[in-house]
Amino acid sequence: MSDKNKRLDLSYSQMKWETIFKRILIVMSVIMLLLVAGTLVTLIVKSMPTIKSLGIGYLWGKVWDPVNNVYGARPFLMGTLLTSFTAIIISTPFSYAVAIYLGEYNTKGWLSNLLKNTVELIAAVPSIIYGFWALFVLVPIVRSFEMKIGVTPYGVGAFSASLVLAVMIIPYAASLGTSLIRMVPSPLKEGAYALGATRFEVIRSVILPFTRSGLFAGILLSLGRALGETMAVTILIGNTSAIGNTFKDVFFGPGNTMASVIANEFSEADHDLYYSALIELGLVLFFVTVIINLIGKRIITKYTNK
Amino acid sequence: MKVVKSLQSAIVAIAATCFTLSASAQDNTLLGAGSTFVNPLFSKIFADYAAKTDVKVNYQSIGSGGGILQLTNKTVDFGGSDAPLNAEQVKKIGVPVLHVPMASGAVVITYNIPGVTAALNLTGKDIADIYLGKITNWNSPEIAATNKGVKLPDLGIVVVHRSDGSGTSYIFTDYLTKVNPDWASKVGKASAVNWPAGLGGKGNDGVSGLVKQTPGAIGYVELIYALQNKMGFANIQNKSGKYITPTLESTTAASNVELPPNAEVSLTNTDAPKGYPISSFTWALIYKEQNYSDRSAARAKMLLSLLWYNIHDGQKNCVALNYAPLSKSAVKVAEAILKSATYNGKPIL
Repeated sequence: MSDKNKRLDLSYSQMKWETIFKRILIVMSVIMLLLVAGTLVTLIVKSMPTIKSLGIGYLWGKVWDPVNNVYGARPFLMGTLLTSFTAIIISTPFSYAVAIYLGEYNTKGWLSNLLKNTVELIAAVPSIIYGFWALFVLVPIVRSFEMKIGVTPYGVGAFSASLVLAVMIIPYAASLGTSLIRMVPSPLKEGAYALGATRFEVIRSVILPFTRSGLFAGILLSLGRALGETMAVTILIGNTSAIGNTFKDVFFGPGNTMASVIANEFSEADHDLYYSALIELGLVLFFVTVIINLIGKRIITKYTNK
Repeated sequence: MKVVKSLQSAIVAIAATCFTLSASAQDNTLLGAGSTFVNPLFSKIFADYAAKTDVKVNYQSIGSGGGILQLTNKTVDFGGSDAPLNAEQVKKIGVPVLHVPMASGAVVITYNIPGVTAALNLTGKDIADIYLGKITNWNSPEIAATNKGVKLPDLGIVVVHRSDGSGTSYIFTDYLTKVNPDWASKVGKASAVNWPAGLGGKGNDGVSGLVKQTPGAIGYVELIYALQNKMGFANIQNKSGKYITPTLESTTAASNVELPPNAEVSLTNTDAPKGYPISSFTWALIYKEQNYSDRSAARAKMLLSLLWYNIHDGQKNCVALNYAPLSKSAVKVAEAILKSATYNGKPIL
């Protein structure tokens, strides 16, 4: 009798913990959902004053003048997209190369470990250090380069910011890519080798097609980081809301991004409309990130279905 | 059940600690928040004051705008600000607020012209024209006219301003608004404006970093920052037509004029003949009527005594920390302002 009861008891408590554990998981997920929804609602409510008074014109207005309460987000929207995509274009070859080298060519040994740890360390360095390092080391180099190609040698600007951003985001795509390439089933690779394929051919025709969507997801992760990066960009972007007339001016000249405007001006935003305009900038940044992620997800599913 | 019980007792214990902490905080700790500019001075004065009187002050340097917001929400006893309240802030607070001058600060013009070591003489109008993007070269006739004997190179001017909202920018743009009508109509004064030209650097160090490494750059930083970092700066022409070197003395001199009784005044472009024209007070802001949100009369008295100490004994800390002390006329006005504070309509001091 008692023996039977004990076993019943045990299974009861097991069941109990099972339910509790499941509930904890659900609660955690719901909290995450509420956090994001709450952020969105707060951003919308607090930016109501500018949404009401400026409407959709806020998005493409060119002037940002807190004194006369004229707010237009276009220079910052352009700056954010320009720096992020330039950074992605510069960083992708590096992160792919690192991923392929660590994932396929040199998977074990001290060199592989050293390289892997170094790349991961890049992500651990605080962005203010990148910012000041670039201001004092990279910017003078960029300035002399600008003198040679005949643009106004400001040194700081969208180009410098993109260069540093590119370095900062390499680890995200590289780490994910390394793990994915290592997970490619060896029968596939061995089959290709058995057919007489060279290493390069295996990478091109077996590994890359197999990991394509994952590598792309890594790029997307990097892009998300680049869109929101604040400190290093604020130090390097030049912080001006005037848009240059030619592409050269925009690309090499000073600009501004949404995140750096918020970081710069939020603490001293001393009237309501100004405050609300800055929060609306956060809302726009929120939507830009969401839209880019949705597009990325679409591209990933498309590739995976093939 | 045991777990629940011990959790309960833990919560009770934590709550009890919180209550005792907040109770003791209310007894002899005054709360302040605001200007980062004045923070080093306040820290020193408040430390001295705590040693003398057992009254502690918890000052959070979160920026002038933040300090004003905290005062509006009545979460602090006083706010620190580098700019007087604007119309919207006055409306939001709704009751009279006293501006008590605490010290003076100045903004200096610094530049990087290779080969030029002499201090340049600049007029306010020319500085505004440089920042408007109208004067674009160091060898332009306007700059040459005020700097005879200095060989200025044919070099483009790179304008550098603060990218973050700051009291320094407020003082600077307030000055430019007064001396150049074009600036007043196109840009105006604020802690962040729509800069017509140039680059933005974050903080004093961001601006000075850009100026130091960009040939032809011009920028503005706080006098304290320039003195501590041994930077060169320009002499600025004041209202009397003299070129004034920014020093603590010339900054103090700027406030040695007939001041309005509320001291809510901009000192830029001062009438004082020896005064440096880009100077300003930094204020402590308090409610005129101190009986609000269940404050005790003793607490109001404590706050007023602290500020009274600041404008008298506290002033001797200014020079060592590179702040310009209040001038005689400023101290007199500040005394009158403190005496005008009331509790239930009756004067406190």
